[in-house]
Amino acid sequence: MNILVCVKRVPDPAENEIEINKDGSDIDREDLVYSVNEWDNYAVEEAIQIRDQHGGSVTVVSVGDEDSEEILRREMAMGADQGILVSDDAFQGSDGLGLATILKSVAESGNYDLILAGAQSDEGAAQTGGMLAALLDYPYASLVNEIQVQGGDKLQVGREIEGGNQEVNEIELPCVLSIQSGINEPRYVGIRGIRKVSGVEIPEKGASDLGLSEDQVGEQAARVKRVDYFHPEMGEGAEILEGSTEEVAEKLVELLKSKGGLK
Amino acid sequence: MEHLLIPPAEISVLGIPGIFLSLLIPVVGICAFLYIIARRLIPLAKGTSDPRFDRFPTRIKKVLLYWLAQYKQPRYRLAGVLHILIFAGFIILSIRSISLVIMGVNPEFVFPGLDGTSGVVYSVLKDYAATVVLLACIAAGIRRGVFKPERYKVPAKYGTEHTWEAIFVLGLIGGLMVFESLFEATAVAAQAQQGAAVEMVAPLSLAWFFSIVLGAAPIAALQSMHSAAYFLHDLIFFFFLCFLPFGKHFHVISSIFNVVFLKLDRGRVKPVRWDVSDEELDNLESFGVRHLEDFTWKHMLDFYTCVDCGRCSDNCPAATVGRPLSPRFISIKARDHCFDRFPVFGEIKEREPLVGNVFEEDEIWSCTTCGACEEECPVMNEYIDKMVDLRRAMVEEGKVPQSLQKPLGALEKRGNPYGKMEKKRQEWTQELPEGVQVQVAGSKENPETLFFVDSASSFDERLQEIARASATILHYCGEDFGILGKAERDSGHEVRRFGEEMLFQTLRDTNTQAIQNSGAKRLLTSDPHAFNALNKDYADIPPAQHISQFILDKIRSGAIKLKPLQEDVSLVTYHDPCYMGRHNLLYDTPRQILDSIPGLTRVEMERSRDRSFCCGGGGLMLFYEPPEEEQRMGQKRAQMIAETGADLVVSCCPFCLTNLEDGIKTSGKEGQIQIMDLTELVVRHLDWENK
Amino acid sequence: MSRQVFAYIKHSAGEVEDSAYELIKVAEQIDPQAEVTALLFGTGDELDKACQQAASIYPQVWKVDKQEHSYPNAELIRPQMMNLLPADAVVLASFDTFGMDLTPGLSVKMGSSHLADIVGVEGMEGDTLKAVRQEHGGQVHTHVTCDMSSGAILSVRGGVFPASEGGQSGQVVDKTAEAGDVQARRKFLEVREAEIGEVDITKEDILISIGRGIEEEENIEIAQELAEAAGGVVSCSRPVVDAKWMDKSRQVGTSGKTVKPKIYLAMGISGSFQHMGGVKGNPFIVAVNKNSKAPIFQVAHVGVVEDLLEFAPTLTEKIQEMK
Repeated sequence: MNILVCVKRVPDPAENEIEINKDGSDIDREDLVYSVNEWDNYAVEEAIQIRDQHGGSVTVVSVGDEDSEEILRREMAMGADQGILVSDDAFQGSDGLGLATILKSVAESGNYDLILAGAQSDEGAAQTGGMLAALLDYPYASLVNEIQVQGGDKLQVGREIEGGNQEVNEIELPCVLSIQSGINEPRYVGIRGIRKVSGVEIPEKGASDLGLSEDQVGEQAARVKRVDYFHPEMGEGAEILEGSTEEVAEKLVELLKSKGGLK
Repeated sequence: MEHLLIPPAEISVLGIPGIFLSLLIPVVGICAFLYIIARRLIPLAKGTSDPRFDRFPTRIKKVLLYWLAQYKQPRYRLAGVLHILIFAGFIILSIRSISLVIMGVNPEFVFPGLDGTSGVVYSVLKDYAATVVLLACIAAGIRRGVFKPERYKVPAKYGTEHTWEAIFVLGLIGGLMVFESLFEATAVAAQAQQGAAVEMVAPLSLAWFFSIVLGAAPIAALQSMHSAAYFLHDLIFFFFLCFLPFGKHFHVISSIFNVVFLKLDRGRVKPVRWDVSDEELDNLESFGVRHLEDFTWKHMLDFYTCVDCGRCSDNCPAATVGRPLSPRFISIKARDHCFDRFPVFGEIKEREPLVGNVFEEDEIWSCTTCGACEEECPVMNEYIDKMVDLRRAMVEEGKVPQSLQKPLGALEKRGNPYGKMEKKRQEWTQELPEGVQVQVAGSKENPETLFFVDSASSFDERLQEIARASATILHYCGEDFGILGKAERDSGHEVRRFGEEMLFQTLRDTNTQAIQNSGAKRLLTSDPHAFNALNKDYADIPPAQHISQFILDKIRSGAIKLKPLQEDVSLVTYHDPCYMGRHNLLYDTPRQILDSIPGLTRVEMERSRDRSFCCGGGGLMLFYEPPEEEQRMGQKRAQMIAETGADLVVSCCPFCLTNLEDGIKTSGKEGQIQIMDLTELVVRHLDWENK
Repeated sequence: MSRQVFAYIKHSAGEVEDSAYELIKVAEQIDPQAEVTALLFGTGDELDKACQQAASIYPQVWKVDKQEHSYPNAELIRPQMMNLLPADAVVLASFDTFGMDLTPGLSVKMGSSHLADIVGVEGMEGDTLKAVRQEHGGQVHTHVTCDMSSGAILSVRGGVFPASEGGQSGQVVDKTAEAGDVQARRKFLEVREAEIGEVDITKEDILISIGRGIEEEENIEIAQELAEAAGGVVSCSRPVVDAKWMDKSRQVGTSGKTVKPKIYLAMGISGSFQHMGGVKGNPFIVAVNKNSKAPIFQVAHVGVVEDLLEFAPTLTEKIQEMK
C-alpha cells in the first residue's frame, strides 16, 4: 500500500508558552521551538506500521517554508521512505481550502492508496483531511484511532467519538483518514536518526511544478482570513471569592455556568 | 619413605597398567578442558573491543584484595565465610592435587620446595584444609538444600531452580576431599600395621580420622581402597574441571580474570565504542548492544563469571520495589543465551536481538544506575555500562517509552526536560534572600567560580530552594561566583545514561563552550548528577566540586560558622545519594558537615554508605513510569528513615529531596519526619552575627 | 436580502442535542433577519420526535427519513445535503466528532467557505463575517473573516454560545424525496462502548482534580459526587496516584496526562509546575485550597480559600439545586 502522510511544522505545544506580539499580527515567534504536529506524528507512525505489515511505501509531504524540511527528515528518520517539501511564496496566506488544493495536486502527482493527515494542528480547524478527500472525491473518516487492513481494497477503521466510545466503519480505498492521537505509540527519533537521513535528497515542489495558479491558492484565493491575535480579558492571578461557604459556592456555580462548565 | 602399598602407577586395573590410566585421565581431561574453553572463547573473540590492559599495578592490587582476600565475601556473613573457607582450601589443595596427578606417573614425585620440613608443614596444612573444605561443603549443602535462603530463589519468569547444580558441585568438592584423604589414610594405615615409618597425619583431620578407622583393615582391602581413591580423585578432578564452564561454577576459573580486568573508573560510562572516537560516531552502522556480539569481551566474561549468588538483586532498588528488573538475571539470562548460541558441541546459532528475546524493554529501562549491584558483586561484574549500551540500541530503534519521549524532546529543543524556555532558567534568582546576588557569567565581569545549577534546581519550584540556599552560602563566604543563566543546558547526565548519546554530546558541547567562555577557574554544583557529569563525562573544563566539599573546606578554615542545632530537630539521619557515595566515594564529607553543627546527633540507617538505597533516581528517571511497581523507592526509603527514629533526614541531591519528600508524604510520615537538603540545613544554621 | 441559514441538528433517542439550542443563536448573531431551517436526518419515530422538538426552536424544520440514517454517516448525509440545499446556503453545524466528518468536505463540494470551531461572532460587514476562533490549543484567540458571498459552512464550538429558550412553533417539512439516493464508500458497522471505568481525562471538558488535600482514600467519593453533578470526571495529581488511591490514567502532570479541559477545578492541589505542566489549552481554572499561599492561586482564575472537604459537598449541593 502506498501511503501519503501530510505533516505540518508547528510550535511545539509542550515546550512553548504562546504569547502574542505587540500589534497582535502574529504570535511572538522569538524563542519558539517547533516540532512536527503531534497528530501528524501519530499518522506517520501508523503509516509505517501498515507498510511494515503489508508492504508498500510511506511518503511524507509538508507544505511550508524551508524550515519544514527539518520535520520531514525527522519523519524519514522514523521510517518514512521519502519526503516532499512543497514550498512557494505563492502559497503564503492560503486558507484551509488553499492548503487542501495544494495537497490534492501532490496526491495526484503520485499513486497513493491511502492518505493520512493528523486530526488537527495548531490552528485547530480539523479540516485539511476532509477537504482533501472532497477535492479528490475519496471517502473520508475523521478522528481515526484504529486501522485494520481488510483484503486489498478496504479498511476497517475505528473513529473516536464522544464519551470515549469507538465508531467502527468499513471504508473503501483509496481514501483519506484523519488520525487521532493515541492510535499508536510513536517511536522515538534521536539526533542520530536524523543525522543518518541528513544526506537524503528531499525534492522541493513549487506552484508551477504542481500546476497551481494564484486564483487557487495563496492570499488572493483565500476566503477565510485571520485578522489578528488577541487574549480575551482576564484578570491577573486568581480572583478570590469571599463570603460564607454557601455564598462562595453559589458565586462559583454562577461563574462555572457562564463558562459553559455545567452540563 | 617406604611404599607398603603399590602406588597407582604400578598396579593394574582389569589388566590395564595403572600408569596408562593415570596418564590417560589427565590427558583426556586436559584436552577436553582446552576444547571447551576454546569454544567458550569464541563469543569473546567476536565481542567489541574493551581496553583493559592498562594500570597493571592497580589491577594486581585489586586481584589481591577482591580475588585472593575475597574482600567482598563477608558482606554476607555466613555465605561469605563458607566461601572463604572453601576458596582458601582450594588454593592450598591445588598443589596437592597437581602432585597427585603427577604421582600417578612418578610415585616418587615431590612438589618442588615441598621436601623436608616445608613438606611436613604443607602436609599438615592440606590435611586440615581438606577437612575444613569438606565441613564447609556440608554446611553450604545444608544451607542450600534445607534452609534455602530467599535470595537464591528463581522466579518462574526467569527460569527454573537449580539447587541441584549447587548441591552436585558441593558433592564433587566433598568427593575430592574424601578421596584425597582416603588415599593418604590408607597408605598411613598400611604403614602403621606393618610397623614402618609412619607419614605425618594431622591430628583430628579427615585423613587422620580415616587412618584410625582403617587401622585394622586387611592390607588387601587397604590396597584396593588406596588405588580406588586415587583414580576416583583423578576422575572427579578432571570431570570437575570440564564441568565448570557449563554453569555458574565457571567463576572458579574466570573470576580471577574478571577481577584483573575490572572497571577502574567509578561513575564513568563507557563510550559508544572504545575504538571509535566521538567524531567518527556518525560512521557507525549501529549504536549500543542489539545482539550478544555487541557487548564487549569483558562484559561477556562478566556473564561467564556470574556466580548467581543474587547479592546484586538483593540490593537492587528496582528489584526490591517489584520493577521488572533483577540484575542477577540480566547476567544469567545473557549467559544462558550465550551458551545456547555458542554451544560447546554443535553449531553456532544465528544471532537474534536481545531485547524482545532475552530481555524485556522495561527490564532495561527500570535501572536507576544507582550502582548498588556493582558495589555488591563479589566478582566485580558490571551492570550500568551494559544497561546504557542496551538502551543506546533501543534509542536508535525508537523503542523509548512514551513517558520518556516528551522530556527527551524537550531536552533537545529547550535543553531541559521540562520544556521550559531557556530564559526562565535563571528565574530562581528572583526570590533570593536580601543581600544575596547572583551574577550571570559574561554579563559584567567573569567570576572565579561558576555555580552550575542544572535543570532540576533551576526549574522545579521546590528544588529551586537548593539553588537559593547554595547561593546564600556562597554569598556568606564572600565567594566571587556566577551562573551561566540561559546559556546553561541540562548536564545531560541522565540523557547519556538513558542511551541518547548524541543528544548528550550536543548538551555537553554547548555547556563546555559556555563554561569555557565564562573563564571560570572552578565549577561548583549542588547536584551530584551534574557533579558526576562535569567530572566524568566532560573534558576540557575546570574541575567541579560538589557544594558539600566547598562547605566542609569553609567550615574547616573557619569561614563558615554554624549555630547550634535548631530546637525542632532531635535526631538526624543522612541519606547517601548514589552519585555522591557509590559513584564518587563522598561518604564522609556530608556527614562531617552535619557533625559540625553543635548539638546535632546523627544516626545511621541500616542501609547507608555503599549500601545506600536509591531514592528512585534522578533526571529522566523522574519521568519514567515502570509498568509494574509495588511501591515507590522513595516510600521504601521513607520506611527505612522512620526505622532510625530520626525526625530529620538530610540529603544533598535535588532528586533525593524530591523523591524522599514524596515518599515521606505518601507514606503518611509527614509531620513526623522532616526532610532537607544539606544546603538548606546549613543556611538555617549560618551564624551571621559572629562571622 | 435575507440569508438562508441551515442548522444541522444532531439527535439521538428522539431528542436533539444541546447544540440545537445554540446554533439558532449563532444564526441570529450572524444575521437577525435570517430564515433559519433545522436539518434533521434520521428515521422513524425517533426522527419525528426530534423534529417536533426542533420545531419548538426553529421556524422551519426539514427532515430526511431513511433507514440508512439510523446512525449518522457523514459520507451519506453530505451528498444528500448538496441535493437539498441552495448553492449559497449558510450551514451551521456543531464542531464535534460528526461535524469534523461532515463540514470540511461539504464546503468543498458546495463551493462554499469553511470556518471551523468558532467561539464568537463579531458581526457582518457586507458578505463578510467576522468571528472569533482559538489557536494553539486555546492559548490564543484570533479574529477571522469569512467571505460568505457564495455560501459558507460554519462549525461552532459547543457550550460557548447562549442557548435559545425555544417557544417556536415551526413547521416540519419532509424532504426525503429530494434528498435522493446516494451510495457511500464508507459503511457504518457498529459502536464499541468504552469499557466501564475507563475514562480518558485528556478528552474531558470538565475536570475535578484532586491533590494531597483529599487526605484519605475514602474522601475521593466527595470529588466523585461533585464531578457527577458538574458533568465532569475526577482527575488527580501525583501524590494521589503514588498513594494508589487513583489509577495512573487519572494523573494530570508532566509525568501524567496532559489535559485540555475547558474547566479545571483544582482541589487541594498546591499547583507545582509539574502538575500544571499537564494542564494545557487555557482552561478556566478554579483553585480550592485551604492554604492561601499555595502557588495554584497564581495560575487560577478564581480561588476559594477553604478546606476542600468542607467546600466540595456544598458546591455539589448548589449545582444540584441549580439544575
